[in-house]
Amino acid sequence: MTSIPLIGEAVAVAAEPRLAGAKIGVVTFPGTLDDRDAARAVRLAGGTAVSLWHADSELGDVDAVIIPGGFSYGDYLRAGAISRFAPLMSKIIDAANSDAKLPVLGICNGFQILTESHLLPGSMIKNDHLKFICRDQTLRVENANTAWTVDYTDGQEIIVPLKNQDGQYIADEKTLDALEAEGRVVFRYVGFNPNGSRRDIAGISNAAGNVVGLMPHPEHAVEAGFGPESLNGEPRDTDGLGFFTSVLTKIVGGDK
Amino acid sequence: MTTETTKKFNIDTVEHAAKTPDTELPWAELGLKQNEFDEIVKVLGRRPTGAELAMYSVMWSEHCSYKSSKNHLRQFGEKVTEEMKKDMLVGIGENAGVTNLGDGWAVTFKIESHNSPSFVEPYQGAATGIGGIVRDIISMGARPVAVMDPLRFGAIDHPDTARVMHGAVAGIGGYGNCLGLPNIGGEMVFDSVYQGNPLVNALAVGVMRHEDIRLANASGKGNKVVLFGARTGGDGIGGASVLASESFDDTKPSKRPAVQVGDPFAEKVLIECCLELFKGSLVEGIQDLGAAGISCATSELASNGDGGMEVELTSVLLRDPTLTPGEILMSESQERMMAVVTPENIEAFEAVMDKWAVEYSWLGEVTDTGRLIITWEGEVIVDVDPRTVAHDGPVYDRPFARPEWQDSVQANSFTGSVEDAGRPSAPTELAAAVTELVASPNMCSKSWITKQYDRYVGGNTAMAFPDDAGVVRVDEETGLGVALATDANGRYTYLEPYQGAQLALAEAYRNVATSGAVPMAVSDCLNFGSPEDPDVMWQLAEAIRGLSDACMELGIPVTGGNVSLYNQTGTTPIHPSPVVAVLGKLDDVARRTPSGWREDGQAIYLLGTTAAELDGSEWSNLRGHLGGLPPKVDLAAERALGEILINASRDGMVDAAHDLSEGGLAAALVESSLRYGVGARIALEELMERDGVDLFTALFSESQARAIVSVPRSEEVRFKDMCTARGFAHLRIGVVDAAGGKLEINGVDELSLDALREAHEATLPKYFG
Repeated sequence: MTSIPLIGEAVAVAAEPRLAGAKIGVVTFPGTLDDRDAARAVRLAGGTAVSLWHADSELGDVDAVIIPGGFSYGDYLRAGAISRFAPLMSKIIDAANSDAKLPVLGICNGFQILTESHLLPGSMIKNDHLKFICRDQTLRVENANTAWTVDYTDGQEIIVPLKNQDGQYIADEKTLDALEAEGRVVFRYVGFNPNGSRRDIAGISNAAGNVVGLMPHPEHAVEAGFGPESLNGEPRDTDGLGFFTSVLTKIVGGDK
Repeated sequence: MTTETTKKFNIDTVEHAAKTPDTELPWAELGLKQNEFDEIVKVLGRRPTGAELAMYSVMWSEHCSYKSSKNHLRQFGEKVTEEMKKDMLVGIGENAGVTNLGDGWAVTFKIESHNSPSFVEPYQGAATGIGGIVRDIISMGARPVAVMDPLRFGAIDHPDTARVMHGAVAGIGGYGNCLGLPNIGGEMVFDSVYQGNPLVNALAVGVMRHEDIRLANASGKGNKVVLFGARTGGDGIGGASVLASESFDDTKPSKRPAVQVGDPFAEKVLIECCLELFKGSLVEGIQDLGAAGISCATSELASNGDGGMEVELTSVLLRDPTLTPGEILMSESQERMMAVVTPENIEAFEAVMDKWAVEYSWLGEVTDTGRLIITWEGEVIVDVDPRTVAHDGPVYDRPFARPEWQDSVQANSFTGSVEDAGRPSAPTELAAAVTELVASPNMCSKSWITKQYDRYVGGNTAMAFPDDAGVVRVDEETGLGVALATDANGRYTYLEPYQGAQLALAEAYRNVATSGAVPMAVSDCLNFGSPEDPDVMWQLAEAIRGLSDACMELGIPVTGGNVSLYNQTGTTPIHPSPVVAVLGKLDDVARRTPSGWREDGQAIYLLGTTAAELDGSEWSNLRGHLGGLPPKVDLAAERALGEILINASRDGMVDAAHDLSEGGLAAALVESSLRYGVGARIALEELMERDGVDLFTALFSESQARAIVSVPRSEEVRFKDMCTARGFAHLRIGVVDAAGGKLEINGVDELSLDALREAHEATLPKYFG
């Protein structure tokens, strides 16, 4: 039996021992695409990534969970509608709602799964221009106080890749007003709304701030040379790393 | 009503066939010629059964058997030097060739056509094109890591072009994005010659460790044969024989149902499932099901192995229970794989299938009889020597001759032609010409297309469109990676096929070297008209001869590819379009060179010399002219240029590099400026003096073996010394100007980058929304 060092594995990082102890689960569903990217992001931030399988019935001893992007079950039904019923999801929902407030990040398809799971309000429909779109997207951090954003500052602008087909965030006006009032709009599109999302919303959180979902992909902006650049060629390839350092900071507690 | 669906056919068994030699068979409808049918009868010593006829008809089709091109394609295997063999681990003939990358890594890549289906049903045709090429890569034991799509459509303003464009691009995106494979480049060419025959080619690249290379063969008596993945349905039946091997004309009934329908989710699961099988060494041999479906997989696996195979066809899981044995054998349902598994591994194999919820069925086993036997409820319906199906198909020496019209076409040079009247020379005219060029259908920004593709997934994309080559990291520890580019120029090849094919290779080679990678291997997709037309056959023969000669001179082997013939509407063929993909290696992808300059004050050098070569150029195309001779090929110069670009990248002597090809220096200067919105000040007087050309020619000529680079001030002496030492023409033509926001060329009215960008980017949205 041979061992394939799969692409996306084993990047050596000068790990901070304190952070390396923090275990972040990365869930794989059939059709998940960005699981290895999310795991790499965790490693590059200094943490330990743990692979979780959708059909598992136990969450294990992870300190946080990332539900990565992709097309789980092909998105042939409403995106995320099938994955939401995976055995592991009920554990994640319980842990996120528990007193321990497990930090959960849903990226793209992961965000769609979180709305389908009712951990986050609203829903995503097809982009207003009806096409898949992939671009380097500027976001404004509207709330730097969630489990996944404490390493950013309020109002900070970051560039991360965006790539989706069903990325138009919608909710009724009352919900949108409540999200705004409670500071639960965590990210907003700046300069260009790529999918017609209501109020330029790119990402939101639950009331406690431990569950965050967004359409753009911070895990694709964590490594020099492999991420976005600004229009004039200035590298902005690690703007997404803050998501992962934020949660590690949160887990180990206090200052890094 | 009975549930015993398997009983509803009159099964034409081998026994029955032997007893009824005079039964009429629909061989003509299945695309076979009289001599081919006679040959089948001779091989079998009796008439074929219906099921056998189905198998032979698809496997002996042009698409599967290469019967018209085989005699010429041999040159790719014959014109091979030791230098070319050095890194080749698996050559032509397998699902895809494999090249050694070092450090125990190997890379496999291949380009294929999906032209006819993409015209009939652009979305599904293009989508399943991706699906098919990706399965070729998986079946070598590799993890697919990227895809690319060279596209050639009809005139941009023809009403049908939008249908093909929207469908094909959405299909490529819809399928590729869902597989999690970054799309890192390709081409987009509009020309009315492709109106009724758009070219949708698809390339996939995969990587593996040496020990994981898998081949398509069935060995070991008693080993089990399993079919897994999607169920077999009625889609794509006869696709290979009927669609890809005949021209479109109005006299035949609609062939719409012959196009396959793709399910990218099933394919994604299949990829992960196969990688887990490879990781556990659970399969002995593996073959994807593409054209000709089970006919192809069983006959190829059996004939490449050391024995025979017995298969029970009623064990195939069906989507449509009414399918006849012949239809099951011919079905081109997507997302299926066939593997050979030892009895000891059955349990482990099934566990992997169950984990990924992939359906599978055990069809039979490997035997030592040398026969491929297929039964239907135990009754023998196929009993053949698998080699006669898979490898011993007919081979034709099609007549070919240099077309009578070739001389007059070549005599009709652009310079001095009616279309050349009023050639721009004043500064305002030249500025307008540059703007017109970069806004033209073939030179405009392709971001309308590429933004519909995910280029980030996997986290290893170091470079993608619009840079010269796509670059993907293979080893995260060392930064080892590969670069890929595809190129073709149908107009050049029409003017002179031998040279045209070489120019396609030269450009792809140059693009890879421009990115800093060392070119290593070639895959080609030869898109031509009907081989039964001696003019077209000559184009094909010349292109193959040219390409194989050029590969030898550049020292890089063809490791695989595909031939797509009958791309013609009525008697009008497409331009001969050999699409050439070159793969290169970068020891560290961090050293790759992008196409745009960024730093103020860096020196811009033009490498190579410029001659008055406007025939076949984009400029002449814009003026509606096609004639004369394409630019001169100088492969020694291409090699020398490549070495300079690779060394410069490795030693950090250049910050940007962009090859000169279609659109010449004008297009390259604009593209390098727009890449990062950083302009330049350019003076070409010295170049004009040295090469004896005027300013228009300096800007629009498409002379080969040229590139522009931006060199940091601190590296200028070293860079010049290197070029001088290698005796390669190099000339400082300007400096990067970060502040001005414009491209200034002496003798040309000022070009603001904003206006250029607007012109460059507006074209595709204007036509396609």
